Amino acid sequence: MSEVEKKPIDFMGIRKVASVVSIALVIAAVALLAIRGLNLGLDFTGGTSVEFEYQQAPELDEVRATLYEAGYEQFVVQNFGSDTSVLVRMAESENDKLAVEVTEALSAGGAELQLVSSEFVGSQVGEQLKEDSGLGMLIALAVVLIYVGMRFQFKFGIAAVVPLAHDVIIVLGVFSLFQWTFDLSVLAALLAVIGYSLNDTIVVADRIRENFRKMREGDSEHIINESIHQTISRTLNTSGTTLVVLLALYFLGGEAINNFAVALIIGVVVGTYSSIYVAANMLVALGVAREDLIVPPKEGLVGQEEEEEQPPEWLNRM
Amino acid sequence: MLNKYPLWKNLVIVIALVIGFIYALPNVFPDDYAVQITGARSSTEVNQRILERAVDALEAKGIAVKESELQDRDALIRLNDAESQLRARPVVQDALGRDYLVALNMAPSTPEWLKSLGAGPMKLGLDLRGGVHFLLEVDMETAVEQRLEAISSQIKRELREERVRYRGGDLEGDNSIVLTFRDEESRSEAFSLIRDQYNQFLLDEESEEGEYRLVLTISEAEVKSIQDYALQQNLTTIRNRVNELGVAEPLVQRQGADRIIVELPGVQDTAAAKRVLGATANLEFRLEARQDAPAATTETYEFRDNPNREARLERDIIATGDNVSNAQQAFDENGQPQVNITMDSVGGDLMNRATRNAIGRRMAVLFIEYRTETEEVVVDGETRTVDNRVVEKGIISLATVQSALGSSFRITGLDSIPEASELALLLRAGALAAPMYFVQERTIGPSLGQKNIDAGMMSVLLGFVLVLCYMVVYYRGFGMIANVALTLNLMLLIACMSILSATLTLPGIAGIVLTVGMAVDANVLIFERIKEELKAGAPPQLAINSGYSRAFVSIFDANITTLLVAVILFAMGSGPVKGFAVTLSIGILTSMFSGLMVSRSIVNLVYGGRKVEKLSIGGKLANV
Repeated sequence: MSEVEKKPIDFMGIRKVASVVSIALVIAAVALLAIRGLNLGLDFTGGTSVEFEYQQAPELDEVRATLYEAGYEQFVVQNFGSDTSVLVRMAESENDKLAVEVTEALSAGGAELQLVSSEFVGSQVGEQLKEDSGLGMLIALAVVLIYVGMRFQFKFGIAAVVPLAHDVIIVLGVFSLFQWTFDLSVLAALLAVIGYSLNDTIVVADRIRENFRKMREGDSEHIINESIHQTISRTLNTSGTTLVVLLALYFLGGEAINNFAVALIIGVVVGTYSSIYVAANMLVALGVAREDLIVPPKEGLVGQEEEEEQPPEWLNRM
Repeated sequence: MLNKYPLWKNLVIVIALVIGFIYALPNVFPDDYAVQITGARSSTEVNQRILERAVDALEAKGIAVKESELQDRDALIRLNDAESQLRARPVVQDALGRDYLVALNMAPSTPEWLKSLGAGPMKLGLDLRGGVHFLLEVDMETAVEQRLEAISSQIKRELREERVRYRGGDLEGDNSIVLTFRDEESRSEAFSLIRDQYNQFLLDEESEEGEYRLVLTISEAEVKSIQDYALQQNLTTIRNRVNELGVAEPLVQRQGADRIIVELPGVQDTAAAKRVLGATANLEFRLEARQDAPAATTETYEFRDNPNREARLERDIIATGDNVSNAQQAFDENGQPQVNITMDSVGGDLMNRATRNAIGRRMAVLFIEYRTETEEVVVDGETRTVDNRVVEKGIISLATVQSALGSSFRITGLDSIPEASELALLLRAGALAAPMYFVQERTIGPSLGQKNIDAGMMSVLLGFVLVLCYMVVYYRGFGMIANVALTLNLMLLIACMSILSATLTLPGIAGIVLTVGMAVDANVLIFERIKEELKAGAPPQLAINSGYSRAFVSIFDANITTLLVAVILFAMGSGPVKGFAVTLSIGILTSMFSGLMVSRSIVNLVYGGRKVEKLSIGGKLANV
């Protein structure tokens, strides 16, 4: 990367375009969520639970394949009590004939089986738990805002929280657009996206803070640009290695974790973008200036003290 | 001197890694299929004699026993495979009778020396390994009856307060309450009072032989809403209880109109789980009847610990366990166990109103337990097991009301500390709105399917190896060092999860993937800093030193912010959110340790304390 060295890429040069893109994406995502909604999985909606007794212990993976071929999309197949007894949970609940249809589909291949019972099951996530988790998310964002506000500066707090919301909304929007199943594993992936995006944003913000204190010239846009330039190879390396793991998960992980992997992949890509074009952009828009970050000089030490953020003393010794 | 760790620091690292290795090790050994025997009540003990009886019964049926052992409060019999486990349970249950609970279990096969160090494997969640499945049925008839009972007590209290004289009030078969009056006038007063306040009832007036009756019939819609409420309430209660059990990632859901499914992954003590879930206990607070009280308004109950002692109580209930908002086990002045109870505002109010005019009288705490008992009956020459539902009501304490009680008071007269703490747990976890019975207990397979799990694990592993390769190619020697740190980080993460007996599920794997990403990030940050320093012309030793210390601030801020989020998600979330938060928070801590300290220590061992010309850190700049 030494060639690029001399002349930093003008990241902030296209910041207006990026703002428009981000705002448009968020609006589109919110609109999609409002119109199409999410295709909520069995975990959230509940559905029908059907129990079968086979004559001979079936290969569960074949059962899954058969159901998939028969056109069912959301189901869970598992052994129930013994290896000849199979429980199938399906997302549909309105269809009265579902159990019979599934029985027919499964016995079409010549397997001998008997329908034992079929019943409606509620969602796995209780109303109260849903509320608690949502509240937890809000509190988490508030705490991030406060922590970053204290460790950095209030404008950085906003610049750390807004990208998180941005990333989550866009991932949700993509899930709404393609109507991919949103289940508990995707929810977990979404939380991971928050963690990842936050990590990314803070690293970039950290360098911006450092440079504001170190560089004596240039406007804030220039300093931010320089900071992004200095961290870009780290950002790409980290995103790259994380994406490698996720792509392996997506291509080899099998059906069950596809949605989970996709959510994370989109999240990492959007999160990497947002740590530059949302977080840094926000800082420019909020008018971050050198005065915001100057460490107040200690008494008696007026003048040319190095204004660099130092970790606490006990940590330095580690 | 630059880049030299003192001996103690290296020692700390080595010790941490050795401990990590030991506690991660049990995950290599697979679990055994087993059945577990526990006393049906907390006071019943399982001893050697009982265990031998069970083992003999199994051998008589030709089921091979791998190993049997007596544990703290229960016994465990290990079997060879899943099939003999399924066959063994009814055999053992028959041999021991209903004083004991026999449950299916998975027992870790951790070697003795590791176990003696307290090491055990981490649990795998429902999606990865399956678990136990309980099906509970809510007794809807009783739910409606209890509700009517409560309304009836309330109406009678209001009639008394309004000085409307009534003779009696009773529940009648088809969801109605019948009140009887001496004359028509009091009946019509009651009629208008009830019509105004209880519009869920249909009112009917009947008269026969000088008795004026008022029949309150509840509507079908109202019955349905009572039932819905009961199921919802029980669902919430069960969720709370499962959380009290400390099971990560349980599944609790509604099935049909009156059933609840509970699935618990990797539970070690299924019998205890069954006892807490199934102990559908409730409490009722009632006053002792006066000597001259008419028989129709009283009921006689035995004491729980002494069937020979009885007391006659009023039929009207002051308050029930539903009104309890908190309960703690404690000790009274004589060192006897007691339970301190705090009621919600409604409960406190009811308590206060009832006890205000009852000072000097005695108040009883009635413990109600609903159980399923299995019995073998012979029908047409065939032996069948029949489930009988049993309701046991017994008085726990009968104490004189010293002064008007408010929202907090205590229950004394409990037998033992375990009994007191279990009662406190049940009350705290919320009372059930209606009794529940176990209909089914089964083991279930993983919901993801073996193929999926294998594929998932394979791909995480492959991804991990690719990351290792990438780091070596990009950062050369330093990449190798990062890889050692990264691998040790995974080992430490597994060790911590095992020590905390956390449950690994798919969301947990998400946490691990993210952790790997962040651990790589720490080293990438450091190495990029070192490169920058080199580029700026710093000598290698100085570059390493300032690379680590400058990157530190970024790593610290980034990780602490993420850790804050993880901790909040852990505290607020449930199930999968919690599972994710656990792996993430542990992962952040271990990756900070390995990414900063372990990698620094290796770098120091390789480069520290001597003259270095160049660093193997990749790129042209390394040769400066």
